[in-house]
Amino acid sequence: MTYTFSFTWLTEYYPVLLKGILVTIELIAVGGLFGVALGTACAWARALGPAWLKPLVSAYVELIRNTPFLIQLFFIFFGLPSLGLRLSELEAANLAMVVNLGAYSCEIVRAGIQATPRGQFEAGASLAMSPIQTFRYVVLVPALQRIWPALSSQVVIVMLGSAVVSQIAAEDLTFAANFIQSRSFRAFEAYFVTTAIYLALAILLRQALAAIGAMIFARRPAR
Amino acid sequence: MMEFSTWDILRNLLLATRWTIVLSLVSFLGGGIVGALLLFLRIGGNRISTAFTRYYVELFQGTPLLMQLFLAFFGLGLFGINVPAWLAAGIALVLWTAAFLAEIWRGCVEAVARGQWEASASLGMGYVQQMRYVILPQALKVAIPPTVGFSVQVVKGTALTSIIGFVELSKAGTVVTNATFQPFTVYGLVALIYFALCWPLSKSSQALERKLNAAHRNH
Repeated sequence: MTYTFSFTWLTEYYPVLLKGILVTIELIAVGGLFGVALGTACAWARALGPAWLKPLVSAYVELIRNTPFLIQLFFIFFGLPSLGLRLSELEAANLAMVVNLGAYSCEIVRAGIQATPRGQFEAGASLAMSPIQTFRYVVLVPALQRIWPALSSQVVIVMLGSAVVSQIAAEDLTFAANFIQSRSFRAFEAYFVTTAIYLALAILLRQALAAIGAMIFARRPAR
Repeated sequence: MMEFSTWDILRNLLLATRWTIVLSLVSFLGGGIVGALLLFLRIGGNRISTAFTRYYVELFQGTPLLMQLFLAFFGLGLFGINVPAWLAAGIALVLWTAAFLAEIWRGCVEAVARGQWEASASLGMGYVQQMRYVILPQALKVAIPPTVGFSVQVVKGTALTSIIGFVELSKAGTVVTNATFQPFTVYGLVALIYFALCWPLSKSSQALERKLNAAHRNH
């Protein structure tokens, strides 16, 4: 092997990498927040919602969980304009991540809700709480606490999966790597550095989510 | 300009689906073999092999599969080998699948009660005998549903190989879209074909989980 590694391109291209990192963080922040919100709403619908809503939510969850994220992204970005919905690259990437995480977190949150003892619902009802109030104050928070570790790893998986949004030219970290390798011809080094950044982001995100969990569920004994 | 009927589109996509299926099978079987090796290194080996497998799993689970594909594609090229896309795709997917399967199976082996190890050791069994006759038969039952469930991730993971130029279902979708200008129909059909591949696997994973759990409760 006569190849010499060179990282001198870093001095010239680090702003590109930084911008890519920021976009990836923005994607997972929006995707994570709205995705989990959507997933929680769907979990409510599937576990406790009206009967007509359940099959719709099930169909959504099964369809998303059994197709690749890349195809969902292409469908939203290339397919939806023929229905009149034209999104920018970043909007499409954000929407795809919300829709994707929504389906996965629905299943995770639902597992947490189903683990709620029957008596908790009855206790809420006997305090004259409406079903919505019972869900909001009695069921949801302990359910989220139970499934927080599983939810955290799903958010990390979605963050890593967001690498493919570069394929619709959303300018995330992978897009930056592609850009750099096409300019500097240092493909291996560019992807090597980017992979290391993704690994660091994954570790940081995991710790941030653990810290957020500790903050939200502080003063609540685990059950 | 050629006209494409929906049947033309579907036929071309189904032809490409062969390669999605072949790549999925290769990745899953190869990943299973490498994953089993990692598992043995992890639970039976010394401190160095345990640390190695820990970092291996952390590395492959903590970085995007797309980056692993790029590194395999461009990294192998550094050795002066002209890497075809299918080879890079196969290697990256096998290594990626192995990391996840090793981690799933480790959980299953650890679910076998500690006393089983001690009991078999007190019968004078060596490590290989313990695994072969006592631990694995019990761990296998726990392992089947999540393993089948993970195969869905493998099938979906093959979609990323289109990005390094391997022509399978997703790549065929892009090619057919460029020829027909009907992205809604084409990507809709691509999604349905993936769904047809993955949904039976998801469902059987759930069914197996119920069945094997039910067996467990009757003990």
